[in-house]
Amino acid sequence: MADDKHTPPEVDRLTGIATTGHEWDGIKELNTPLPRWWLWTFYATIIWAIGYMVFYPAIPLISSHTVGLLGHTNRAAVQVELAKLETQRTIQAAGLANASFEQIKANPDLNRIALARGKAAFGDNCMGCHGAGGMGFVGYPNLADDDWIWGGKPEQIQQTILHGIRWEQSTDTRVGNMPAFGRTGMLKRDEIAESVEYVRSLAGLDVEKSANLAKGKEVFAANCASCHGDEGKGNQELGAPSLTDAIWLYGNSRAAMTEGLVNGRAGAMPSWSGRLDPVTIKALTVYVGSLGGGQ
Amino acid sequence: MTQPSAPVPYTDDDDIPLFAPTPKVYPQKVSGTYRRIKWGLLIVGMAIYYLLPFVRWDRGPNLPDQAVLVDFERRRFYFFFIELWPQEVYYFTGLLILAAIILFLMNALAGRVWCGYLCPQTVWTDLFLRVERFFEGDRRDRIKLDDAPWTADKVARKAGKHFVWLMIAWWTGGAWVLYFADAPTLVRDLATFQAPFTAYVWIGILTTTTYILAGHLREQVCLHMCPWPRIQAALTDEHALNVSYRYDRGEPRMSVKDAKRAREAEQPAGDCIDCHQCVAVCPTGVDIRQGSQLGCIQCGLCIDACDTVMTKIGRPTRLIAYDTDEAIMAREVGQTPTYKPIRARTMLYAAVIALVGGAMVYQLATRAFLGMNLIHDRTPLFVTLRDGSIRNTYTVRLINKRTESRQIALTIDGPTSVAMDVQGATPTSDWRPIVSVDPDTTREIRVLVTIPRSSLQSGTNMIRIKASDLFAGETVTIAENFFAP
Ligand code: SF4
Ligand code: SF4
Repeated sequence: MADDKHTPPEVDRLTGIATTGHEWDGIKELNTPLPRWWLWTFYATIIWAIGYMVFYPAIPLISSHTVGLLGHTNRAAVQVELAKLETQRTIQAAGLANASFEQIKANPDLNRIALARGKAAFGDNCMGCHGAGGMGFVGYPNLADDDWIWGGKPEQIQQTILHGIRWEQSTDTRVGNMPAFGRTGMLKRDEIAESVEYVRSLAGLDVEKSANLAKGKEVFAANCASCHGDEGKGNQELGAPSLTDAIWLYGNSRAAMTEGLVNGRAGAMPSWSGRLDPVTIKALTVYVGSLGGGQ
Repeated sequence: MTQPSAPVPYTDDDDIPLFAPTPKVYPQKVSGTYRRIKWGLLIVGMAIYYLLPFVRWDRGPNLPDQAVLVDFERRRFYFFFIELWPQEVYYFTGLLILAAIILFLMNALAGRVWCGYLCPQTVWTDLFLRVERFFEGDRRDRIKLDDAPWTADKVARKAGKHFVWLMIAWWTGGAWVLYFADAPTLVRDLATFQAPFTAYVWIGILTTTTYILAGHLREQVCLHMCPWPRIQAALTDEHALNVSYRYDRGEPRMSVKDAKRAREAEQPAGDCIDCHQCVAVCPTGVDIRQGSQLGCIQCGLCIDACDTVMTKIGRPTRLIAYDTDEAIMAREVGQTPTYKPIRARTMLYAAVIALVGGAMVYQLATRAFLGMNLIHDRTPLFVTLRDGSIRNTYTVRLINKRTESRQIALTIDGPTSVAMDVQGATPTSDWRPIVSVDPDTTREIRVLVTIPRSSLQSGTNMIRIKASDLFAGETVTIAENFFAP
C-alpha cells in the first residue's frame, strides 16, 4: 500500500488492480490480498492453537511441560485402554478357570480363548526349548507327536507344566531316574553293548549279526525292565519311555543309546506354578494338547 | 484495498493478462423441453440417492436386510442379490472401467450428457439455484439485491437461502452415511445422539462440501476442478452431437426489423437477434455462439431459451440445438448433413463395454459359493508318530458364501492308507468327517493327515483334500504337498 493516505494508490493498467507501491527493477507488485476464506481459516487455526495450548499439554519447560486444563496424557489414555482390555481378559479368565477340560473342549468359544491364550504363552515361555509348534529338539520332547513320557491326558500335561520334571524346587515335581549304568560301574562295557543290541532288536532297528541277544535280554531283565517294562513298552508313571516305538528323544544311533546307558539321562523341565497363573497354565495345557498328540 | 478503477483497454503492444477476475454468474429462469428433462432426472436421481438405503432385501436370519449396504465391520458389500467379499473387490475395478467407457461412448454420441444432466455437481447446483431463486428472485432481482445495501429484507432473504442450502447439504451427508449401516437404526441413533462419532464426522464433511460446491463454487468446479472437461475436449470429434449454435442459420445477427428488410431485399439475414437470452440462462455463464467450449456443460438450457425467443418472433426453433460440427459445415456449403452414430469409435466403445460387462456377468453368475484354502503347518513340517508313520498338519479354511449354514464333508486322497483327523468334526454314517460352517462366514479347522512310512517317498508327496457340500453338491478340491523325512 502507498504510505501516504492522500495519494491514491497506483493502479496497474492491464489488470486494473492497485499496486503495493513496491518496485524491483521496474516490476511492480500487484496488491492481491489473500482470499477471504483462506484468511478466516488461518485465523480459525490460530484460535484453535490457543485453545489447544490451554487445554492440552503443549509448552516444554526445562524439566517438564505445561499440563493443560484437561490434564490429558497419552500414557493415561493407554492405561484406560489397557484396563478395559484387562477387564475383558479377566472375564474370559474366569470362564476358563471354572471350566473342566471336557467343558472347554465342548465349548467352541472357551476353546478358542484357551487356544489363543495358550499359543501366546507357549511362544513366550515354552518355545525356547520345545521349538515353534512344539516341534522339539534332541533332548527336548516333540509335543506334536503321539508319544508322551509322562502322559498326554490334559490332567497329566497340566501336572507336568505345574510342577516340572526333576525340578528340585518343586516338591510335587515328576522324578524318574535313568541311572548312569556305565559311569557308576553297575554295568560293564560289554553288558552295555549287549543290552544296546537287545533294545535295538525290540525296536525293530538293525542289530549286529554277532550280537549275543540272549545275554542282552538277561541284562535288560535284570536292570531295565523294572522301569521300562519286560517288553520295553515303557511306564508313564515313572517317566520311562517306550523303547519299542519310532520316537527317540536322544536319537536311535548306537552312540546315543550307549551314551544314555553310560551316563544316564536326566533332562529337566522347570515348574511353572507360581511363575504363570493357573488360567494361563490351563490354556497352555489345552494348546499343547491341540498340537496333535493330546489324548 | 481500494476499489480498483476500470481497467484501461490494452493495445496490441501490451501483453494479454494471464488471469481474468471471475464474474459471478446469475442464471436466469428458463422453461422448455430440456429444463423439463433436467427436472425429471433431478427428481429421479435424488429420490434414488435419498431413499435407496431404506429399501429392504431379505437375506435370511443374522444377515443385514438392507438392499444396498457397505458393511465395513463384517467386510461385506451388499447390493440386492449380490454379496461381495473383500477378495472380490476386482468387481469394482470392472465397474470403474465400465463407467469410463460408458462415459466415452456417451460423449462420442451426444457430448457431455453426463455433465449436463447426470453429474451430482450439476444436479445439486440446479437444486441450490432453485432455492436461491425462491428467496432472491430471478436474475435481475438477484443482481440488484447483491448491489443493494444491507437491509433487513436482504438479510432475511440471504439467511433463508443459506439456511435451506445448509439443510439440503446436511441431508445429503445424512443420506450418505446410511449406506454404511442399517439405515432405520442409524436414523434413530443419529436423532438420539447415540450414533458412532464417525457418522457425525462424515455428515459434517459432506454437509460442508455440498454447501460449498453446490452453493458457492458451482460452475467453478467444472471450470477449474473437474478433469472431465479436459478429457472430453480431447475425445470429442466432428460427428458427436453437441449443443451448438447453428451459425450457418444465425449469422449475420440483426434485429427482427432489419432481418425482415434484408429478407425482402434478398440480402443475407441471420436468425439470431443478439438478445443474449442464451447467455443469461447459462449456468456457467458462457456464450454458446462462440462455439463449443470448455465452460459449456451442454445442459441444453440455452436451447430452451432460444426456442422461446424464436417462437416469439415467428422463426423456426432450434437455432441452438444438438447438432454435429460435421452437419453444420455440410449445410454451410449446401450439402445434406449426415449423422453417423455408428462409426469405428462408437463400435469400439460398445465392444469394450460388452466385453467387460459380459465378463463381469459371467463371473458373477458362475461365482463359487464354497471356497477352501489349505495352509500347510511349517513348524513342524512333519511329525514322526510312535508306529513310525508320518503326520503333516494343515489348517483348512472353509468359506461359505451362502446365506444358510452348510454341512461340508471332507475327504482325502493320497498315498496308500492315508488317514485324516479333522479336529472338531462330527463323522457321518459313512465316516466322512463333517464340518458345519455358519452362514456367510469362514471357518478354520486343523486337519491332521497321517500316512504310513512305507507308502511315502522321502521329501515331497501329494495329497488332495476335497470339500463337498452334503446337500447342494458343490465341491472344491485342493492338492497340497505332504512332507516326509
Ligand atoms: S464438468 Fe465435471 S463437475 Fe462439471 S458437470 Fe461435468 S462432470 Fe460434473
Ligand atoms: S451454453 Fe447452453 S448448453 Fe452450454 S452450459 Fe450454457 S446453457 Fe448449457
